[in-house]
Amino acid sequence: MRIAVFTTCLADALYPAVARATVTLLERLGHQAVVPADQTCCGQMHLNTGYWARGLPVVRHHVETFEAALDSCDAVVAPSGSCVGSVRHQHAMVAARYDDDALAERATAVAGRTYELSELLVDVLGVTDVGAWFGHPVTYYPTCHSLRMLRVGDKPVRLLRAVQDIDLIELPGADSCCGFGGTFALKNEATSSAMLTDKVAAVTSTGAQVCSAGDSSCLMHIGGGLSRLRTGIGTLHLAQILASTREHPCPVPEPRRPARRRPSLPGAAR
Amino acid sequence: MTRPMTRTVDLGMPTATGFLRGEQKFPAAAADRLTDAQLRRNLAHATGTIRTKRLRAVAELDDWEELRLAGSAIKTDAMARLPELLEQLEATVTARGGVVHWARDGVEANRIITDLIRATGADEVVKVKSMATQEIGLNEHLETEGIRAIETDLAELIVQLGNDRPSHILVPAIHRNRTEIRDIFRTAMPGAPADLGDEPRELAMAARSYLRERFLTARVAVSGANFAAADTGTLAVVESEGNGRMCLTLPRTLITVMGIEKVLPSFTDLEVFLQLLPRSSTAERMNPYTSLWTGVTPGDGPQEFHLVLLDNGRTRVLADEVGRAALHCIRCSACLNVCPVYERVGGHAYGSVYPGPIGAILSPQLTGITGPDDPNASLPYASTLCGACFDACPVRIDIPSILVELRADAVEAGHRPLPGGQDVAMAAAAWAMTDGRRWGRLIALGRLLSWRRTGFRRLPWPASIWTRHRDLPPLPARTFRQQWRDRLRRTGSGS
Ligand code: SF4
Repeated sequence: MRIAVFTTCLADALYPAVARATVTLLERLGHQAVVPADQTCCGQMHLNTGYWARGLPVVRHHVETFEAALDSCDAVVAPSGSCVGSVRHQHAMVAARYDDDALAERATAVAGRTYELSELLVDVLGVTDVGAWFGHPVTYYPTCHSLRMLRVGDKPVRLLRAVQDIDLIELPGADSCCGFGGTFALKNEATSSAMLTDKVAAVTSTGAQVCSAGDSSCLMHIGGGLSRLRTGIGTLHLAQILASTREHPCPVPEPRRPARRRPSLPGAAR
Repeated sequence: MTRPMTRTVDLGMPTATGFLRGEQKFPAAAADRLTDAQLRRNLAHATGTIRTKRLRAVAELDDWEELRLAGSAIKTDAMARLPELLEQLEATVTARGGVVHWARDGVEANRIITDLIRATGADEVVKVKSMATQEIGLNEHLETEGIRAIETDLAELIVQLGNDRPSHILVPAIHRNRTEIRDIFRTAMPGAPADLGDEPRELAMAARSYLRERFLTARVAVSGANFAAADTGTLAVVESEGNGRMCLTLPRTLITVMGIEKVLPSFTDLEVFLQLLPRSSTAERMNPYTSLWTGVTPGDGPQEFHLVLLDNGRTRVLADEVGRAALHCIRCSACLNVCPVYERVGGHAYGSVYPGPIGAILSPQLTGITGPDDPNASLPYASTLCGACFDACPVRIDIPSILVELRADAVEAGHRPLPGGQDVAMAAAAWAMTDGRRWGRLIALGRLLSWRRTGFRRLPWPASIWTRHRDLPPLPARTFRQQWRDRLRRTGSGS
């Protein structure tokens, strides 16, 4: 299969390893990964903050880019539940709000062939054992949009269970939100960090060395908390664990070195 | 634009009055509540318990999803022909000996109710738990008119005696634990034993003996309504304690205040809602007390029945094609119980008597938003859009989508949701994100910061809002698109 990779803006800019892992994984499974050069972002940040008029051209750009890619590809995949959620549930809605029925229709068509990573692997490619190896204790956070918008169910966990030598530990209260919520993390920072604290406590209680998820944005938030509290627990995207093999193992992320000069208490860095 | 900006244009529709708006914006009010460790423990315990129970109650029915669809369809239909159904309800209630009153807002409703009570000569009324009367501040109004309103729902009584405000639509005293309740009873409940303990049974017995006397002497009761069937004129109240039943049957005069959205086309529609509501609210298969009454029955129950139909902003909500789904709410409170934000900050942070996810979409629509400084303008942002509310809602109100729509309305009306500079940032981002090359150049700027291999603990404003609570990972030396370009050059293949 020829599969267009929507890397997502966050992975492109901050987590290139996640986009790389997605490509590696697809190629290892015998597929051809195509990365449309003109891609940018799904527009989720604009839309969820209420900037629909600003988001509309971003949506249009996404639709045009991947519509063109789909001319020569069978499907689009993104390593993010929330970005695929936006493509599937918001793009046509935004176009409709601005009476652009043609765009709405095209958006629906692109959305119909866009999959979150675990969906693509399990539903489209029909694999759960992707031939991965990862020999460390991992806990998996299913993320809200994957769970409730896309309804990916236990697909990610099934994929992880098939990873050789993995020690998969169940996360208590897994389905409750980590408190990221895009601009919520800034606009309602106190509530967001209260939610983060509970998520970090849950992750820590598992004794896992790595917290994984299918969305880099949630992981940036949770990882930021894990690092701030010096838990020594790192984060890895689902794609990174699935791309890991005995020959090319994905290293466990190293905890940040302690601060040299100005030690500060959690949350006190104002 | 497909939709008119109903929230900023005055269409001459009734505006809401009453307790629908707080004084503080949500982020500040929430931050205050978060420091109350007792409150957080009480809430986490209470919502955690009811969540598990609800899931169990819902899992028992294999047609739960069909029931939800039916509930949603009936409500959608009712809202589509609300005027017609209300007129039908007026006719059926009147035919059975009731009197129907129409109130444009809370002020008008309070006046109507006061006059009705005055006409009976009573200066004390017993009350059935009702959100509508909380919304319009009826008790407070009656007090200024010299009429004592006594709440008979146990939790509502706790709130009233504690001079407090409800923080949950079903369990208004959810923010209190039993020791706090014992203290409130000891100080404020006439006749409470001085050595009252904090065992639930003891507390309930004390309330019972206090209320018994009120039931037997009251001449007037005021209630809300969960449902009204337009075809028969039947009103319905569901409850757990039986105190509502006392109020609905003992006094001579019954005054029911009902939001106009509570009307259902047909009596048989109750089949759906009497399954959806108890399982979603108290996680029971059936609520212990379901009271149905139709007008007046000579020699049995109240001999005088008044129905006050309350608008108070509801037609304003109805005018919004998307937002009107908020009127489908049957006040089960499931969305509050599953909400991770509500669970941590509690109901008071929302300002309005309607807290939690439903409050975040209902309150600002009922009141309208006066401008960016309106505390209710902050409510649509009081959510991570995690979707737990939509999943739990028995009538399938897509609360996350409505929240996002309300945010879009606010931005279009010129209100700026985030601290200054956001407009510029959003415009710049949109500019970069509509062109792959521009975007690539912009994010490659990150290389300037990528010398630092350890990530970031402190960044200047506005990034400081992030780094106050979380570290930021080190920036990659090369963006993915740069790496991909390198690879294409190396391998000589293109795509
Ligand atoms: S919005 Fe839905 S879940 Fe929330 S109180 Fe209303 S009916 Fe219940």
